[in-house]
Parts: sequence; C-alpha cells; structure tokens
Amino acid sequence: MPEQPFEPDRAIAGTGMGGAMDLATSEAETLEKTPGGPEGTGPQEKPRSLWSDAWRDLRRNPVFIISALVILFLIVISLWPSLIASGNPLKCDLAKAQEGSQPGHPFGYDGQGCDVYTRTVYGTRTSVTVGVLATLGVALFGSVLGGLAGFFGGIWDSILSRLTDIFFAIPVVLGGLVLLSVVTSNTVWPVIGFMVLLGWPQISRIARGSVITAKQNDYVQAARALGASNSRLLLRHITPNAVAPVIVVATIALGTYISLEATLSYLGVGLKPPTVSWGIDISSASQYIRNAPHMLLWPAGALAITVLAFIMLGDAVRDALDPKLR
Amino acid sequence: MLLEVRDLHVEFRTRDGVAKAVNGVNYSVDEGETLAVLGESGSGKSVTAQAVMGILDVPPGKITGGEILFRGKDLLKFKEEERRKVRGAEMAMIFQDALSSLNPVLSVGDQLGEMFIVHRGMSRKDARAKAIELMERVRIPGAAQRVRDYPHQFSGGMRQRIMIAMALALEPALIIADEPTTALDVTVQAQVMDLLAELQRELHMGLILITHDLGVVADVADKIAVMYAGRIVESAPVHDIYKSPAHPYTRGLLDSIPRLDQKGQELYAIKGLPPNLMHIPPGCAFNPRCPMAQDVCRTDEPELYEVDQHRGSACHFWRECLNG
Repeated sequence: MPEQPFEPDRAIAGTGMGGAMDLATSEAETLEKTPGGPEGTGPQEKPRSLWSDAWRDLRRNPVFIISALVILFLIVISLWPSLIASGNPLKCDLAKAQEGSQPGHPFGYDGQGCDVYTRTVYGTRTSVTVGVLATLGVALFGSVLGGLAGFFGGIWDSILSRLTDIFFAIPVVLGGLVLLSVVTSNTVWPVIGFMVLLGWPQISRIARGSVITAKQNDYVQAARALGASNSRLLLRHITPNAVAPVIVVATIALGTYISLEATLSYLGVGLKPPTVSWGIDISSASQYIRNAPHMLLWPAGALAITVLAFIMLGDAVRDALDPKLR
Repeated sequence: MLLEVRDLHVEFRTRDGVAKAVNGVNYSVDEGETLAVLGESGSGKSVTAQAVMGILDVPPGKITGGEILFRGKDLLKFKEEERRKVRGAEMAMIFQDALSSLNPVLSVGDQLGEMFIVHRGMSRKDARAKAIELMERVRIPGAAQRVRDYPHQFSGGMRQRIMIAMALALEPALIIADEPTTALDVTVQAQVMDLLAELQRELHMGLILITHDLGVVADVADKIAVMYAGRIVESAPVHDIYKSPAHPYTRGLLDSIPRLDQKGQELYAIKGLPPNLMHIPPGCAFNPRCPMAQDVCRTDEPELYEVDQHRGSACHFWRECLNG
C-alpha cells in the first residue's frame, strides 16, 4: 500500500483503502463526514495480518503448490495405503526373488520375493509417521525450553545454552548406533524418542534467539507498561511474533528426520523387520545392487522425493514468513 | 500529592563500567497537573519514567536509591505482582513510536480489549464493545469497522491515538507520555497533543510529558523540570522559565529555538556534547559547556537553590543568569 500524498480536500472523495489512509491523516472534522467505514471492499484489499499475508504469498508460489500436493499425496497413502496397493507387503514368494517388472507388479520383486511396489507404498506410512512425530516432539520440546530460557534469561538461560552445546557435540549417527543398539522394541517409538533427544537443541536455539529478539520489541515493553503479566507477554505478545522461524526450521527438519530414519534403519539400529520401511528395504537391496538395481531404485527414489518435498515446503514457508531471509 | 519522586538514583551496569543515568532526581505531579520533563537524549528523562513505571530492564539497570511515592506509598517497596496491578490501571505510559509499540499480529481491538480482560476480567465481547467506545473517544473515524484492523493499516496519527486510548482505557490517575508526538508529522502533532491535553482535563489525571520540544511544552505544561546528566538542573512553573531562565543550560535550550525574527543569522547551539554518563565531570556536570562557568563550578556540585517558592535552579550563579 503506497503512502499517498496528503490531500485533505480529496480525502473524503476516496472510497477504497487509499481513501482510508488519507482519511486517517486528515482533520477529524473532515473525517466525520465520510460515509461508511474504511473497510476494504475493493479488489485490492490489503492483507490483514502476517499469517494471511504469508498464505497469500504461498498460494502463488509454484514450489509450494507442487510440494504441498506431493505431501498431501504422501499423507493420504500413508493413511490408506490400500487405496493404491492391493497386495500385502509381508506376503512374499521366495521363488520370485529378484525378478524384474511384470504385469501387476510394476516394480518387480525384492531379494525375499516380496512385491517392491507394495512395500514402497506401505513404507510411506512409517517414514511419514516417524518424520511427523519426531518433528512435533522436537518442535514442542525445543521451543518450550528455548522460549522460556530466552524470555527469563539469567542462570536458566546459561544452563540451557551449555546443555544444547553438549547435545550438539553428539554425532547423530554415532549416537544412534550406541543408544539404539541396546533397544529391542520393534516399534517406531525408540527411533522417534532418539530423534527428539538429539533434535531439540536445534529448535531450542532458534526459539531462544527469536524470543530474545521479540522480547526487545517496543510493544512488549508497552504491554508490560500497561500491566500485562509474564505469561500473557509470552503467550500473546512474544510467541506469535517468534514462532515463524521455528515453523520454518521444523518443516525443513521434517525431511531430514525421514532420511535419518532411513539411515538408522539401513545401519540396522533403526526400525526392524517386520516393520516395513524404506530404510530397511534400501539396506537389504544394497546387497543385490549389481544384479537387481530396481530393488534399490524404488524405495530410494520414494525417500528422495519425500525428503525433497518437505525441504521445498520449508523453503516456501520461509520465503512467505520472512522474505528478508531469502 | 499524586506522584513524588525523591532523590532517585539509577545506574546501568555494563561491561565497560557503570553508567550513572539518574543521579538524585526529585519531582512531583498532582492530579490534573502537567509536568514537562525536558532534556537532551541521555539526560535520564526516559530512564526516570521507566523507573516510575517499573519497566526498567533489570539487569543491566538498577535503582540504587530514592523513593517513588504514588499516593504516599513507595512503589519501590511493592512486590512485582502488586506493581503489575498498578501499571495500566493506576498509571499508564504512552510511547514515542506507536507503530513499534503496538503488536503487529494483533488487531487494535484485541489490544485495546486486552486492558479490560487483564485488569477487569471482562468477557471478550464486552471488551470488544469497550474497545470501540475507546476508539470513538480518541476520535478514530469508523471505529466499529476499524476495530478489526491491524496497526500497520493506520496512519501515524491514528496509531498514536490508539496508543493514547490504550493508556487511558482504565482511566488511570497518572499518565507518562514519552515524547508522544516526536514520530509524527507536524500537522498531526498538534492534533494529538490537543487530544491528550483535553482527555487529561476531562479525566483530571496527572500527566508527565517527556519531551525535547519546547514548543509543545509551552502550550500544555503547568511546570517544567529540565534535566541534564541525570539531574534536575532547573524546575519552575512554565511561564517563569520562558520569561527568564535561571540556569545557563535552560537558557541555551531556549536560545537554540529557531526564530522568525532572526532570519539570516546563524542558529545558536549549545557547544559541546552531553557528558559520558560513565565519567560525569566533577563539580557541575554542565561546566565544560557553560559560558558562565567559574572555578567553583569545576569543583563544587551545585545544590538545587531555591529561586523562589516554586522554583529551583542548580547553578551557583542563578542570580546572574536570571538577570540575563
């Protein structure tokens, strides 16, 4: 909305938002003659808030549209894999091991004679579940700790900062090999727990930084001067203004958690059969890479597309929420 | 007396040393009275106000002495929770830049209504109705429609009106306005100042007006406190100061106002810079810049001499200054 030159005489003639801006700067008497309110009804209505502004940017961004459609598709098939795959991922026929593409089984068979297409489709559920839950856990845990440390400062801030440094120093794969090798459970929970344990410092650092930035804004001081309590300052004035970087980093991190799950499963410390996972399939396919590369290609391709989609989504969200970062 | 600040000392402890921002400030405001606090940037006028409001950043800031009596009770002895209840309800503050002082992600109606929800426990719906009422009171056109708009959708003058509405929401007894018109267009400045003065009369509030604009002061203030290097160097009823300042610093300030009848002449400026608050010169803090400085000014710190019943000047030579 460009600022228009100050023309008091024309102010009442304005009808759209331009008129409203003129109105605002002109004399009070002039204003009272104006019929109707300054509600924007014209085609060029201004964005109402940061979020609606961001949403408008996103809708026009092809990167967002493509990645959102891919992710939507992935979520749908992870909820209802039988929509596009009629087989059973655990029903295998050793006689057909390593066979290539054939009618009804477009991706061929793996080393155990299981249908690669069905397993790839069913593997989506594991990957998306692990990615989404790990990200939610990391985002909640990290932003609460980081946000409180940033807001209150002092000794708690120092303790938390050192703690994040310690966690940062743990190499993820090595940590996974050590910690997860003692776990015997067949579920996804140990893997998710491990990701939250090592992932929260990343978000907590960002949350801490953006809370410290938001805290210094004049409106926080102003709200304090008008009697707002600490919890109100945090929840109503700081959080909405500090949450954007956390959302951005969390979206991008979601992709990396999915690939981390595959890495851990490949190394044999992540998920274990009979769980169907891309990482497990990639791991078992790697032995046959010369004779039957299709076994590796499909789960690896699905993994790459999924990770790429989440990273692209994160990029688009970042551009929309903070154009300055671009 | 509504508010009495007595011998207030505030320091900022930084890595480079201790900055003495406020060094024994005394001032008072009564109901319905306007006190203008005048001074350059860094003179301690805003820090004093923050100490009164209880929004000083601690650390690095620290109140090292004095009393802030509000209706006879020392606010510095209050617990934080009691203090918070005073803020907004009994005393409120208007800030310089309304755009940055309003939360960009909340509509103005939400922010105005928050005052009633926080302090009065009103429902959201009642608070919204109150917000519209307040916006009408500060003469924002189309208040009922604009209540849902966000701060960036208002012009500077309208935003400052909203700030004023927020401060006045609970009809506090004391308002501190920290350079309320500095960020505004000259044409809008007068409107906003008039509005503030009018509401103050209506609600019979005490007003502390922090400013460096001598023009604004002359119209609305009852009395003036001039600050320099964290001290009050002159305090007087407004007309006395304009007629004959009793401190060379006040005289310098008045002489630096550009005047129409001096067209073509060089503008007057006080020589030098305000002192570094970590190394305030001994004696009178103003002595390095003072055209009247004598040896005594470099060694003895002047107390606030009584010029007459309502006036004080912290200058050894206030008599000479008063007589020009």
